[in-house]
Amino acid sequence: MNKNSNTYQILYAAVMVVLVGAMLAFIYMALKPRQEQNIANDKRNQILSAIHQATANESEIPATYQKFVVKDLCVDAKGAVVDSAAGCAFNVDMKKNMKLPEAERKLPVLVCDVEGQTKYVIPVYGAGLWGPIWGYVAVNDDGNTIFGAYFSHESETPGLGARIADADFQDQFKDKVLYKEGAFKNVTVVKKGQTPNDGSDYVDAISGATITSRGVGAMMQQCMAAYDPFFKSIQSRTE
Amino acid sequence: MLSKKNKEALFNPLSKDNPVLVQILGICSTLAVTVKLEPAIVMGISVIAVLAFSNVIISLIRNTIPSTIRIIVQLVVVAALVIIVQQFLVAFNYEVSKQLSVFIGLIITNCILMGRLEAFALTNKPWPSFLDGIGNGLGYTIILVVVAFFRELLGSGTVLGFKVIPQWCYDHGYEDNGLMILPPMALITVACIVWFHRARNTELQETN
Repeated sequence: MNKNSNTYQILYAAVMVVLVGAMLAFIYMALKPRQEQNIANDKRNQILSAIHQATANESEIPATYQKFVVKDLCVDAKGAVVDSAAGCAFNVDMKKNMKLPEAERKLPVLVCDVEGQTKYVIPVYGAGLWGPIWGYVAVNDDGNTIFGAYFSHESETPGLGARIADADFQDQFKDKVLYKEGAFKNVTVVKKGQTPNDGSDYVDAISGATITSRGVGAMMQQCMAAYDPFFKSIQSRTE
Repeated sequence: MLSKKNKEALFNPLSKDNPVLVQILGICSTLAVTVKLEPAIVMGISVIAVLAFSNVIISLIRNTIPSTIRIIVQLVVVAALVIIVQQFLVAFNYEVSKQLSVFIGLIITNCILMGRLEAFALTNKPWPSFLDGIGNGLGYTIILVVVAFFRELLGSGTVLGFKVIPQWCYDHGYEDNGLMILPPMALITVACIVWFHRARNTELQETN
C-alpha cells in the first residue's frame, strides 16, 4: 500500500481524529462530576475567604461552608427577597447575570454567621485588563461596613494586576464603609497618595496595574450599587 | 529487557544527555513552574507520563504513519494525552491544576516531546521508546525539582509547604529573598546547575 497516496493520508487523518475525539469525549464525560464538584468547592472556599474562614484542606471545605453560610437569598433591584431556596444565590452564574438588564438581574446574597454576627456576602463580577475579574465582598450587619473582600482573576498580569488576588490588597477593604451620610458612595480604588473627590472611603491601587485597579473599583461600583435598597433595608432594621 | 542500548536510552538523559542541561530544551516551563516544589513535581510527573505514552503510541504506529503528515500525527497524539492529563488534574488535584494553569497545556509545545518523538520513537520499537520517554522525562523532572527546591527554600523559606527556616533566623534579621520567586532567578539557578554539571563532566565542554 502506498503510504504517501492522498487517499491513504486523508483516511489516516480522518480515522485518527475520530478515534482521538471519541476517546477525549469519553474521558471528559467520565470525569465531569468530579471536576464540577472541585469547581464548586473552590467557589465555596472563595466565599469563605471573604469572611476570613478559608481552609487549605480541600476535604473540609463543604463542612466549613455549611457551618458559616447559613442562608441563600436572592433580592431584586428594589431590595425585596425574591428567592430564598437553598443554593439559590450560590448557583447564580455571575457572568450570565451581569449581561441581563439591571431590572431583571437576580442579586444573590449569601447570609453568613461568623461567631454570632451576621455577614452578607455579595458576589461581584467585572472586567480587568485581559479578562474577567470577580470577587466576594462581605458586609457587616449594619449594611455599611465591609468585613472582608476576596478578589480573583482569570488572566491578569502576574506581579501586577494579578496582585488583586493577594491578601495585602484585599485586607485594605476591611472596615471601609460603603455609605457616607446616608448616600451610597462605594469604596474607591485610587492611586496611592490621592484621595477621591466625593469623600468616599478608598483603598490604594496597585502600582503598575492601573486598568486592573480601576476594574476593581468599577466592579465594586456596578455590583454593590445595585444592592442599595437591600442595604438600606438592613440599615433601617438595625437603627 | 534492559540491554545495553535500552540502558542508554533510560539513563543517558539523566545526566550526560540531559534534555534541560545539555540540550537546553524545555527551559520555558522550567522557569515558569519552579516557584514551589509541589507544582514542579506534578509538572514533572505529567511530562513523564505524556512523554512515555506518546513515545509508545508513536512507536507502535510508526510503520503506518505517512511521512508527509507525521508531525500532525505526533501533535494530535501529544495534544490528546496532554488534555487527558489536564482533565485528570482538574478532577483529582484541583489546587495544583490551578497553579499550573496554562503550563500543562503548554506541555504540547515542550520541545523535549516533539524532539523525542522525531528523534527516537519514529525509528525504534515500543519498549526502548518507552524507556527513552521515561528517561528524558526523569531528566527533565530532576532539574525541575532541584531548581524548585532552591527557589522555594530561599524565596519562601519552605520546602513542600513546610517551614524549614526557623523563626530564630527571621528574628535575627534573615529575610526571604523575593527575587528567587521571580523568573529571572530561575534562569540563573538553571545556569548555575549547567555550570556545575559541565565542570563535573569535562567531555561536555565545548572547545572554541
